[in-house]
Amino acid sequence: MKGGDVLMTESLNVNVDRRDGLAVVYTEGYINNQGGEEIARVAYKLIDEGYKVLLLNLGGTKIVNSIGISILIEIIEKMIEIEGKLGFCCLTNTIEKTFHIMGLAQYAPIFPDEPTAVAQLKG
Amino acid sequence: MTGDTVMSTYELALPMVPEMEIEASKTAMAIAESMRMSPDRIDEVRMAVVEACINALEHSRASDKEVFVTFEVLGGQDPEKLRITVRDTGIGFSPEEIEEPTIEEKLKSQRKRGWGLKIIRGLMDEVEIHSGPEGTTVVMSKMR
Repeated sequence: MKGGDVLMTESLNVNVDRRDGLAVVYTEGYINNQGGEEIARVAYKLIDEGYKVLLLNLGGTKIVNSIGISILIEIIEKMIEIEGKLGFCCLTNTIEKTFHIMGLAQYAPIFPDEPTAVAQLKG
Repeated sequence: MTGDTVMSTYELALPMVPEMEIEASKTAMAIAESMRMSPDRIDEVRMAVVEACINALEHSRASDKEVFVTFEVLGGQDPEKLRITVRDTGIGFSPEEIEEPTIEEKLKSQRKRGWGLKIIRGLMDEVEIHSGPEGTTVVMSKMR
């Protein structure tokens, strides 16, 4: 990931790719409470840098838990507050199903792949 | 629950330590794979097991600090259903008093958590919850 930085928790790696007007956050590993907090830390840093459009690419995450997702809801709340946009892409079928069960997709769209997500979020 | 024959049983006693839910989910995955369950259904079982274990870890206040997980493969000639029982010896709760969370309410609330039972019910085919002063038992099943 050119120009990105790498951060690590015990069970989750987070990479960031800053682009023109949009930042993509890549996760690899388990999104539990620590993982969720790490994603939130990165997201809030990006917001402080001026990014109002964030894409969470969860392609490297095969399992999440509800505590981790609860922290993602905090990020959605923050994005609504700043009138920004947050989307998800590259979810496993089960994570996508879980996000639909919880209703997240109403507030943060889910895209099948990154190019589609970037095009939609920047549009 | 149906009256299927129990073909095999596996039991785990897990200490209430961080990420113990991953051990339970790995066991669930191995057993579901041995039943030739589809990968998506295996993932759904894994996530439901993670949620049931986390609920026990977070809310049970069990003095023995353990979670007991039983996996039963049910069927006739071939495996047909995986039944998983997650039990703790904690203080229990009243499932009927738990309000189903909604995203609208959670976005406004300080407390974003409380999704575990909704996720379990959404991912598994059958779910029963028994709870009282001697602890909580979640029984959940998935057809192969």
